Amino acid sequence: MDFNIIIFAVAVLGALAVIFGLVLAIAAKVFEVKVDERLPLIQECLAGANCGGCGYPGCAGCAEAILAGKAPVTACAPAGPENAAKIAAIMGMEAPSGEKMVAHVLCNGGTNAKKNFEYRGVNDCLAATKVCGGSVLDCKYGCLGFGSCVAACQFDAIHIGENGAAVVDKDACTNCGACREACPRHLIVEVPYSKKVFVNCSNKDKGAAAAKVCAVSCIGCGLCERTCKFDAIHVVNNVAVIDYDKCKGCTMCAKACPKNAIEPIPTAEEKEKFKAAQKAAAERKAAAAKAAAEKAAAEAAQKTE
Amino acid sequence: MEITSLLAISLGAILANNFIFAQFLGICPFLGVSKKIDTAIGMGAAVTFVMGLASAFCFLVNKVLVALDLAFMQTVAFILVIASLVQFVEMFLKKFVPTLYTALGVYLPLITTNCAVLGVALLNVQNDYNFIESVVYGITGGLGFLLAIFLFAAVREQTEFSETPKSFEGFPIALVTAGLIALAFMGFSGLKVW
Repeated sequence: MDFNIIIFAVAVLGALAVIFGLVLAIAAKVFEVKVDERLPLIQECLAGANCGGCGYPGCAGCAEAILAGKAPVTACAPAGPENAAKIAAIMGMEAPSGEKMVAHVLCNGGTNAKKNFEYRGVNDCLAATKVCGGSVLDCKYGCLGFGSCVAACQFDAIHIGENGAAVVDKDACTNCGACREACPRHLIVEVPYSKKVFVNCSNKDKGAAAAKVCAVSCIGCGLCERTCKFDAIHVVNNVAVIDYDKCKGCTMCAKACPKNAIEPIPTAEEKEKFKAAQKAAAERKAAAAKAAAEKAAAEAAQKTE
Repeated sequence: MEITSLLAISLGAILANNFIFAQFLGICPFLGVSKKIDTAIGMGAAVTFVMGLASAFCFLVNKVLVALDLAFMQTVAFILVIASLVQFVEMFLKKFVPTLYTALGVYLPLITTNCAVLGVALLNVQNDYNFIESVVYGITGGLGFLLAIFLFAAVREQTEFSETPKSFEGFPIALVTAGLIALAFMGFSGLKVW
């Protein structure tokens, strides 16, 4: 066996490889395209899930858009404010201020809501709304609980809670918006992470109709509106809505709500205490009014004398 | 004579000896990127482009190897040529034809591992084609690939929405479809030109 041929073959192939390698190396220099060095840095700061929540094709697309100035530095919601600040630093801009936002499901119906029939079909909310005019739940607005949002979430941050309505895990939520898109009833909104008071109902029907379909529906009675000292909760379209710019999180509205539609849901004890306090306050007010009236009467009497 | 033989080669490469349906080369990208017609056409175009170039380059490299009495190293050498060629083409396009580069996107580097490209180089040698015949065979072979992947993607887009038995959903039904199209293409094997 002639070993020379082996060595010759290796040498020729090696020479070919070296030639190609050199050509490629030269080509890399000649055909070099300048890529903005900030691009990979920006992409590093993004969430990297390619969730598409920003509306661009993947994280690379988003990074390009940010670099081109077409997207704000906060375009990637899952990356959070720290990373937005980092991107701003890379871009040479000021860090944006803004609180971390999370998703929240505006319904706590679930088993509290009246069901018209048992739906046994494709386990998907949109599919369920197509059956019998979407009347699985008597409530036209409530969470169906078939988990379209759960399937849409890439961060395992939303689940069907104990009572059958979807609940967001605020710490895992990145506010990418996938569940908001997925919910056929548009029940999911973004709320500030730090806030803890929510009106968990979206029923826009009038009080009596809303009360009929669900045990924990907002009936638009306006008790919360009158209880709030900060003008932060209002009944709009027969459902209470919280203005988070004004809300201080005192939870008085939750205690005032006769239907327990506002989170955090107060215990019976808290409710009693709240009622007693309100009663006492009302009495004090009445007493003060009475005293004032008496004083005024006395003054009037003095004047006539 | 020359023209007719080229025509025969073209027809053979596109229909009768279609790379996918008759020679079963390049099945991986054929199954992998055929979910949408758009991407399928992108892949097909990229493959056509690279197959034409690879035929030309491999023909030259083969001449060198034969001259050095090293014809048995063809396969290894061709892989080397194709890999560097794809890399080179990618850099070239990125610099001078960025629109084509973005259009081909991820498909270009994927072609390195497409065995149809290596196949066309080896078949050129096997069939003893001259330079022009090699290039024509490469390009028309690519066109055959384009036709195949386009037809397959079109059918697949339809089957996506049709009701298939649970165990057939997704890939199994795609493979059945591919088999049926391959059977249909066998009809072309009776094609006789000149």
